[in-house]
Amino acid sequence: MSTSAAPVPEGPSGVGEGAPSALARVLGVLRAIPVVWYLTIILWVWIAAINPLFAEPSGFLAYLKQAAPLAILAAGAFFVLASGEFDLSVGSLVTVCVVIAAAVSDGDPSKTVPVIALLFVIGLIVGLINGVVTTIFRVPSFITTLAMLLILDGAVWLYTSGSPKGALADNFREIGRMGIDVPVIEQLPYSVIILVAIGAFSVWLMRGHFGRQVLAVGDNDRAAALSGINVTRVRITAFVLSALSAVIAGILLGGFAGVTAQVGQGLEFEAITAAVLGGTVLGGGRGSVVNAMAGALALTALFSWLNLQGVSGALEDAVEGVIIIAAVAVASYRLREGS
Amino acid sequence: MTTSTPPVAQHPGPTAESGGERSAAARFWRSLTRTTTGQVYLALIAILVVCWVVVAIKGSNLLSIDSIADMLIRSVALGIVAAGQTLVIIGMSLDLSVAWVISLTSIVAAVVMDGSNANIAPGILVVLALGMAIGLVNGLVITKLRVNPFIATLGVALIIQGFIESRWDGVVEGVPGGFEDSLGYSEIGPLPIAVLLLVAVYALVWFLLRYTRFGHQLYAVGGSEEVSKLSGVRTHRILIMAHVICSLCAAVTGLYLAARLGAGSPLVGTDGGYDLESIAAVVLGGTYLLGGRGSVLGTLAGVFILAILDSTFNALEVNAFAKDVVRGVIIIVAVAAYSFRWKERRVRKIGAGPAPAVTGNAPQTQTPGANA
Repeated sequence: MSTSAAPVPEGPSGVGEGAPSALARVLGVLRAIPVVWYLTIILWVWIAAINPLFAEPSGFLAYLKQAAPLAILAAGAFFVLASGEFDLSVGSLVTVCVVIAAAVSDGDPSKTVPVIALLFVIGLIVGLINGVVTTIFRVPSFITTLAMLLILDGAVWLYTSGSPKGALADNFREIGRMGIDVPVIEQLPYSVIILVAIGAFSVWLMRGHFGRQVLAVGDNDRAAALSGINVTRVRITAFVLSALSAVIAGILLGGFAGVTAQVGQGLEFEAITAAVLGGTVLGGGRGSVVNAMAGALALTALFSWLNLQGVSGALEDAVEGVIIIAAVAVASYRLREGS
Repeated sequence: MTTSTPPVAQHPGPTAESGGERSAAARFWRSLTRTTTGQVYLALIAILVVCWVVVAIKGSNLLSIDSIADMLIRSVALGIVAAGQTLVIIGMSLDLSVAWVISLTSIVAAVVMDGSNANIAPGILVVLALGMAIGLVNGLVITKLRVNPFIATLGVALIIQGFIESRWDGVVEGVPGGFEDSLGYSEIGPLPIAVLLLVAVYALVWFLLRYTRFGHQLYAVGGSEEVSKLSGVRTHRILIMAHVICSLCAAVTGLYLAARLGAGSPLVGTDGGYDLESIAAVVLGGTYLLGGRGSVLGTLAGVFILAILDSTFNALEVNAFAKDVVRGVIIIVAVAAYSFRWKERRVRKIGAGPAPAVTGNAPQTQTPGANA
């Protein structure tokens, strides 16, 4: 519900042009809506048909709560992808955040605020390193962030030898699990509030100078540099945003899923998949951050749908693979037709 | 040594040593120090020496016959996948499905061979055909459906993963002893047969890239798909071909690992990390991740560097996870060094005036086809 208003800024709203027939106009509007929204809505309706609880506010909010970490990661991944780069390190950064938070605070509620500050500092440093190595040392970001993944994963295992120490304080965990009590919908989870806030912040960023610069850099960095954009700074900022989104996702997931050395595993691919499902073009220059976040909603809905269909855990991967390829193929077909 | 620069070497550049015709030794030295592949081999030698010294201080010998054989064997599986990965990366594509292809083919080998030596030949044929089929799917999805290679091969990897995990959850017996003995452990003279297989694969891919139309066109497609299409290259066909060979290489690795383990295993590919590791080896070997330049011999050096580091860490009993950290750092430093060089050269060329600018492709000396 919070995100269903999103496609409006994307395309023509269908009012105004008088000449074409009503049918053509409706078709035109429908074609302007990105594939990901069709996929998401079909899955929502289908899930609600099987499980009516999903259509109720509490059920739907529970789903949004579950989708929030991935959607936040997808927003972060969007900035990096749109600027023409990759960030494969976010999954391991999520793990690092959870493991460090548990080890440092060790269940002490009074340490929660400093711990969260520490996590943001770590995220900032990781993002800066990714950005600086990629732009100033000119290492392809695929390699930079892959090495960062190796380094962070290695550090986590070195530090924990597989079983993390310590525990998360209760007030730390509440961020991911609890919410504000609101009359009609029972409880509004903090994670949904954070999700909406980050969505709004990202849209604000994309509509300002920075957003235009990101797309320009991703489209053609040489042209962008020649027209006076500081390409290095834009890309480094994108990496920092991506790393900070991983920190936020880590804080939410720590409360939601608990402390393990595997919390973040595979999240980097899921985040990229979500963004691409939402129409972000790998290589940069095109896409919308709201649609990238919608990609995460679609992906999470897809997982619940597969569960409801009784698809076994293993075949789930196969179905996911087929659907992702199909969605991207359709999107790139429409992109070609449109241009 | 393999990637000398015939056309470029002629022009009267700022090279100080160009007194008359150069001796073979000087040319060899030049190609060693001036080409990316040459420098990768210099780096390989430097790393080997450093590691040898470090291990010697610890009291063991990195260059004993056993240890060298061990490093070579270690290199076979990764080496063969990385050779195929080099092709797709030169074509500005990527294959993230190789790890699951390796697992799948090792299982299929075990199932088809079914414990009987008589089934070895059909087993090999089925596995190779399967590898080619997967490569064909990858290539078709990327070219015809225009799905980004990253997503396409990730999707195919998920599909194979789902298929494997819904069917097999443990080691699959059935690799006959004859196959295990021959490919896995037999030797011809001092050399394990697997090492000969590795050499054969690299010789073949090197030949493909350097002497065939396919190879030259692949460099062109990787350099710029648009331009090569406009100059009449059937870009789709070339990319599909590269993907078929890449998956074929993964299938060969699957066969080798099945022979080595004496069984098929659902996790043999992902446990080895062959997807990301092979890309790391390719990039460590000096191939440009964005396509259009690179050499398969550089990849071989990259694979050896990773194997030497592995053996050294083992000899020093370094914690398994500290390895990953060191590896990550080395990969970044190496790639930063290459791209710094490329940038520097380009600047020098632009700054040097019109004459050298004619041969503006000099940094990509490995691309005989792209000089046109």
